[in-house]
Amino acid sequence: MKIKFAFRAVTLLAAATVTWPTAHAQDSASVRGMAATCANCHGTDGRSVGTVPGLAGVDKAYMAQQMKDFKAGKRPATIMHQLAKGYTDEQIEQIAAYFAAQKK
Amino acid sequence: MTLNRREFIQLMSAGAGVAAITGCAGTGYGPTVGRVVVIGAGYSGATAAKYIRMWAPDIEVTLVERNGEFISCPISNLVLGGSKTLADITVGYGGLGKYGVKMVRDDAVAVDPVKREVRLASGSTLGYDRLIIAPGIDFMYETIPGLNNADAQSKVLHSWKAGAQTVALRKQLEAMRDGGVYALHIPKAPYRCPPGPYERACQVAHYFKAAKPKSKVLILDANEDVTSKKGLFMAAWNGPYKGMVEYRPNSELLDVDVKTLTAKLQFDNVKADVLNVVPPHGAGQIARQTGLITANNRWCGIDWLTMESVKVKGVHVLGDSTLSAPLMPKSGHMANQHAKVCAAAVIALIKNQPVNTQPMMINTCYSFIDDKNVVHVASVHAYDAAQKTMTVVKGAAGLSDKANELEGAYAMSWAKNIWADTLA
Repeated sequence: MKIKFAFRAVTLLAAATVTWPTAHAQDSASVRGMAATCANCHGTDGRSVGTVPGLAGVDKAYMAQQMKDFKAGKRPATIMHQLAKGYTDEQIEQIAAYFAAQKK
Repeated sequence: MTLNRREFIQLMSAGAGVAAITGCAGTGYGPTVGRVVVIGAGYSGATAAKYIRMWAPDIEVTLVERNGEFISCPISNLVLGGSKTLADITVGYGGLGKYGVKMVRDDAVAVDPVKREVRLASGSTLGYDRLIIAPGIDFMYETIPGLNNADAQSKVLHSWKAGAQTVALRKQLEAMRDGGVYALHIPKAPYRCPPGPYERACQVAHYFKAAKPKSKVLILDANEDVTSKKGLFMAAWNGPYKGMVEYRPNSELLDVDVKTLTAKLQFDNVKADVLNVVPPHGAGQIARQTGLITANNRWCGIDWLTMESVKVKGVHVLGDSTLSAPLMPKSGHMANQHAKVCAAAVIALIKNQPVNTQPMMINTCYSFIDDKNVVHVASVHAYDAAQKTMTVVKGAAGLSDKANELEGAYAMSWAKNIWADTLA
């Protein structure tokens, strides 16, 4: 009985240890993947080599607000008003946090 | 013993490595947890190789490419128009070195998905845990008897793979008499780069308008209508190129008489001074040989969460060779986006981590109406779990209002950034 309990506790502990980091890894991989959709025009990890602005190191709140303004049609754009509609406000916050954390 | 997340993942990865591979000593890498081979260093293959190494330096990546340099199909129509040269659209592969991608200049001639080996033309073999096949397209010349030989193909060009054929077509246009006819045949959709042929018609017209104003551009489209950016291209053909560009829908090519440069259509024969035929095409030969074709004897069906073939385990397919998801074009931009979803999935699969269940992709296609004015089409695609494919996010798609110079600047910036994102 005691042994069985101990065995179960170990299993539970192992399960908990395994689930926590992998779930976390998936979240960060999913945000990294979303941010990578921007790289074609804004550069790898937001480091632009063209005239289109880079996103690396841009203030999170500022970037999130610009995206929401594009989405709402408040900020005029050639293309971003169409692309911004592809992301929920929550996804925009996550993408903005990702780029804010990148080195310029 | 307590581990933080990073240490824990490193430990997990090290453990997986022992199980996954042995005998990777002497590679110049640190300890590796898996081997990936990528066939084809175009927009998708090179991006996949770079991003796997960037996101997982403990995975060994070998990139097999037959060409010595990357030559971009996007922007290549401007070489025909005369505002760019081949050098402007050529990028070396040297930039991938800093990520530790191993470049092998060779031709992949066979895949053994059971032994998990790729055989190269040089005779050597490469073992893999995961194989990524990104071969682009190959033409189905057998559907056009008169073009089914090398001599005919050197006279009636496709120029649908950028490089020597791009320059050769420009030379044909330069040699053409003023008052001549340039005819361009477009195959039935789906084909590589939906707006590309219409952009090409604009670029040739742009050149004619300045250099050979009595000449004509004749578009022979096998499709029943313009397949992409219709209003924007029609505005150019009825505006700056009025009287110069003629568009003929439902003009499927049955054969070609190379001697007289005649396109044989169902009800008509059309003689040209320069005849440019984009032949029907499908997935690249190595994908076909590996048994990856699932649709229309042309394209490779894949699982959109991982880009893994639905037919052959352990083999992923990217770019133009894939059976496209609804409203997803075969474009360089899309190919680059396929690669990132695949890179993340391949890393997760090798490391026994869960695969991202909500991948997203963007498409952006810029087309040059002349040397400065540009129009775009764009869309955002997300995985739809119910339909098990990528679909366009509601409302997240659109076109330019009209051709404009600002987007001309953005288009060139796009080219610089995507070339760097793919290769540097």
